[in-house]
Amino acid sequence: MGNRFKAKTTLLPEAKLGDLVLIHAGFAISLVDEEEGKKTWQLISEINEFMDTQNRLSG
Amino acid sequence: MLDRINKAQDIINAACETLGRQINIMEVCGTHTVSIFRSGIRSILPDNLKLLSGPGCPVCVTDQGYIDAVLQLADRNDCIIATYGDMIRVPGKDGSLETKQVKANIKIVLSSEDALQLAKDNPGKTVVFVAVGFETTAPATAVVVKEAAAGAIDNFCILSGHKLVIPAMRALLSEKNHNINAFLCPGHVSAIIGYGAFAGIVEDFGRPCVVAGFEPVQIIEGLCEICRQLSAGTAELKSIYSAVVTEKGNIAAQQIVNECFEPADGYWRGLGKIEKSTLKLKEMYGRFDAFRRFGISEEPGEEIKGCRCGEVLCGLIEPTECGLFGRDCTPQEPVGPCMVSSEGACAAWFKYSRKKRR
Repeated sequence: MGNRFKAKTTLLPEAKLGDLVLIHAGFAISLVDEEEGKKTWQLISEINEFMDTQNRLSG
Repeated sequence: MLDRINKAQDIINAACETLGRQINIMEVCGTHTVSIFRSGIRSILPDNLKLLSGPGCPVCVTDQGYIDAVLQLADRNDCIIATYGDMIRVPGKDGSLETKQVKANIKIVLSSEDALQLAKDNPGKTVVFVAVGFETTAPATAVVVKEAAAGAIDNFCILSGHKLVIPAMRALLSEKNHNINAFLCPGHVSAIIGYGAFAGIVEDFGRPCVVAGFEPVQIIEGLCEICRQLSAGTAELKSIYSAVVTEKGNIAAQQIVNECFEPADGYWRGLGKIEKSTLKLKEMYGRFDAFRRFGISEEPGEEIKGCRCGEVLCGLIEPTECGLFGRDCTPQEPVGPCMVSSEGACAAWFKYSRKKRR
């Protein structure tokens, strides 16, 4: 899902492999709470499912 | 999700009915502006609740003098201009970066690192990085200035147009005719400066400050929190973006900014000169300061005739009240910066709200 993007962690030295981070202008600027991140992904997948349903109905 | 929205909407409606009077909430972040328009949030708000798009879009608040300085440097054969994409179409006295005849020396970059790389790749030219943006973007500039200093990359410099949100919010509230009841505070700026940074505004001006994320549901919940406070007659500082924003913010980013920059008086479109509201390179990094290197003075520029972006940015008028809006000024042929930037209030209004006049 999403884009692949090269970002630097200079501004977020505590970031570890596997962390969720917020990226702004090529730099990780904040850690993102994993639970909250999952909620956002859940919302996005709900939208995708909804769109699929719409497409099936109209198609 | 729908129940969260419904619940917040009920509270907003009840609070606005209790209040009875006109309530104006200003968002100070271009990403909020776009999300509000795109999601149609305005259309479900009570009639007496109005959202004002404040000075939250970096390109929009950039003074005309700065834009003319960039264009002046773009005319030089010995320079490469490295800029974030949204500055490309901003019109100056003499065209825009996009319409410049010599386009070969204007490069769009996605990050400050790319700008520094351009300098490394082009040792025969001076790369000028058009460093605009708020507290969110300034740390990225500071990182490359330090890298340039450490690596003695002397053909690199920055034209700092970095701005600080809080002095601008204070300036708005210090105007006699302002109409702002509360602020929806920017999410990503707060990730850097911490939500605690807005405490002074709540204390000194008695205005609720609520930090929210960018999903429509987060924005509605932010507005809900503000309405709850206003109807209770209180003004509090609150963050409902706890997934990303902490009270103290990103200390490493703050430190690197403080190492390279110091606050200086500077010009804003619409707001004029604001004390200690811009970031200037410190003396020890002065050789990377493009203003100094090319002897450019930081004078306020001449506003574009007929353009009312300044009033739009202060929440004094809506875009449609500008005589140029939609006729002489469109996203295809923009006159003012609020129509150029996708984060600008005029561009968002044109794209999402043009047909419906409220």
